[in-house]
Amino acid sequence: MRNIWTIAKREYKVFFATPLAYIVMLFILGVIGLILSNAIMQLANNPFGVNQPPDISIVTGPMSFLLVFSIPALTMRLLADEQRMGTLELMLTAPVRDWELIVGKWLGSFLYILTIIGVSLIFPLILNSLITPGIDQQKMLSGYLGIILVSAAFLSIGVAISSMFNNQFAAFFLTLGFLVGLWFLIGIPAQIFSSGSELFNYLNMNSRFHSSLNRGVINLSDLVYFLSITALGLFIGSIVIESRRWR
Amino acid sequence: MIQVRGLTKDYGTRRAVDNISFEAEQGDIVGFLGPNGAGKTTTMRILSGYMPPTDGEATVAGYDVVSESLEVRRRVGYLPETVPLYNDMTVFDYLKFMADLRHLPNGNERVNETLQLVDMEERAKGYIGNLSKGMRQRVGLAQALLHRPEVLILDEPTIGLDPGQVVEVRKLIRDIGKERTVLLSTHILSEAQQICDRVLIINKGVIIAEDTPENLQASLIGSERGMLRVKGEADNLIKVIKKVKGVKNVTPKEEGVLEFQFAPGTDVRAEIAREIIKAKFDLLEMRSVGMSLEDIFLQLTREEQNNKKL
Ligand SMILES: Nc1ncnc2c1ncn2[C@@H]1O[C@H](COP(=O)(O)OP(=O)(O)OP(=O)(O)O)[C@@H](O)[C@H]1O
Ligand SMILES: [Mg+2]
Repeated sequence: MRNIWTIAKREYKVFFATPLAYIVMLFILGVIGLILSNAIMQLANNPFGVNQPPDISIVTGPMSFLLVFSIPALTMRLLADEQRMGTLELMLTAPVRDWELIVGKWLGSFLYILTIIGVSLIFPLILNSLITPGIDQQKMLSGYLGIILVSAAFLSIGVAISSMFNNQFAAFFLTLGFLVGLWFLIGIPAQIFSSGSELFNYLNMNSRFHSSLNRGVINLSDLVYFLSITALGLFIGSIVIESRRWR
Repeated sequence: MIQVRGLTKDYGTRRAVDNISFEAEQGDIVGFLGPNGAGKTTTMRILSGYMPPTDGEATVAGYDVVSESLEVRRRVGYLPETVPLYNDMTVFDYLKFMADLRHLPNGNERVNETLQLVDMEERAKGYIGNLSKGMRQRVGLAQALLHRPEVLILDEPTIGLDPGQVVEVRKLIRDIGKERTVLLSTHILSEAQQICDRVLIINKGVIIAEDTPENLQASLIGSERGMLRVKGEADNLIKVIKKVKGVKNVTPKEEGVLEFQFAPGTDVRAEIAREIIKAKFDLLEMRSVGMSLEDIFLQLTREEQNNKKL
């Protein structure tokens, strides 16, 4: 545990020294800020309109979408760069287990995403002060829980893919492709093929987020699903790193 | 402290290390000497727990490098050949990070002490990315020494250092080697001669000689050599010197300089000096040239090749 924390702490600090990480933070917060202020303006112009006032999903919905494109940029470097720079040799000859390295890397990036998510809490606060009777707290809680779970799973996939490459851009594009597939495309085969549709529906991360967590519904099966994907990614990453020793 | 039996490593179809065996006790400084691609780095990577061998076994500090790799890694300090470091960290933060991974108590003090040891205290707050090659080397060495390991594995520790630092680092290694086991690799034969108790000469993955530097020198010397310098042209002297009893061969080097070989155990220098004076040359300098490890090394690797051809 101690090693995981040591590695995570270092990784977290590195994010704050990386311009790309700041860009990702500004990108996520900026886009959501724009969407929200646009909605608020419409609300102000048309206070008695037929439209429902915006709820928390105006923050968490776009955020989930932005994560698909942002997380590959955060994870691409994590292990690919260690391999390119040769520092992996340092880690693999330190008294650290391979899985501790992987989990530490993941945890460092998870803490960074949590920081972004933490800063984004100003948006629900603003929203809460503008609408009466305030935002739906249950929805807020489950929406944000959904964002956290999606981030954890995405990061774990990114870490696993980063462990397979020496080149961070290869890791970026493969992670991006994988996440786009898991988020946007996986619903398509479920509609076309009737036979395997159960599997595709099971894997469909997008629908788990949008049709339950982001609507205020917390299902145990969804929690299990997101945590399993996260664990699987970390497991695969550890196996890949270990197999690198044998080459 | 280090025991290696029948160690073999294949990269795909290329055999990098071929069935090597050796041992090193506490207090030994063992030098790995060999040309490029001999398998030094590969062997050291196996012993440091970085990768498992294809065949054979090795124990370091009493633990198996494959099945008890973590225990081995706790007890070994390793300086990789490429000196990998995190460029985006300061020297201090980097060493503190490595100290934390080793669960060292009083990490900050230990880091400062070790920085002193490698003479890098002034750059503690500087970023590693801004260091010169020699300074990086010293930071890498500090990382290997942080936990005062029982076994030190140093892959070309003095490469890239300035002459003053080379002397310092060699002294440091000798000091450390008094109580601990050091395995180092080098291309610099005089370095092996200076700091190692024992030298392993490795070529194409095979150990072709193993002994103390002195014994290696003694056992391989077929003839002793000397050189002399006279004023002016020395070509006419060749015949004169060849006549001296015991001299085997005379070869001109540069202007006024000759090298001569003679049977070991005889000393022909006084007689040669007399002959030179008699021939009316001005003798400026004469000394014996011992066979260097350099020569031994070249001779051994050449012999190895010839044996293969036969
Ligand atoms: N990762 C690798 N993949 C494939 N072949 C490798 C790898 N590392 C080393 N080799 C090969 O193994 C052989 C031994 O290499 P090694 O690096 O151990 O030599 P060395 O004695 O350290 O050489 P040098 O003095 O140049 O550092 C070489 O033929 C090399 O090409
Ligand atoms: Mg080498």
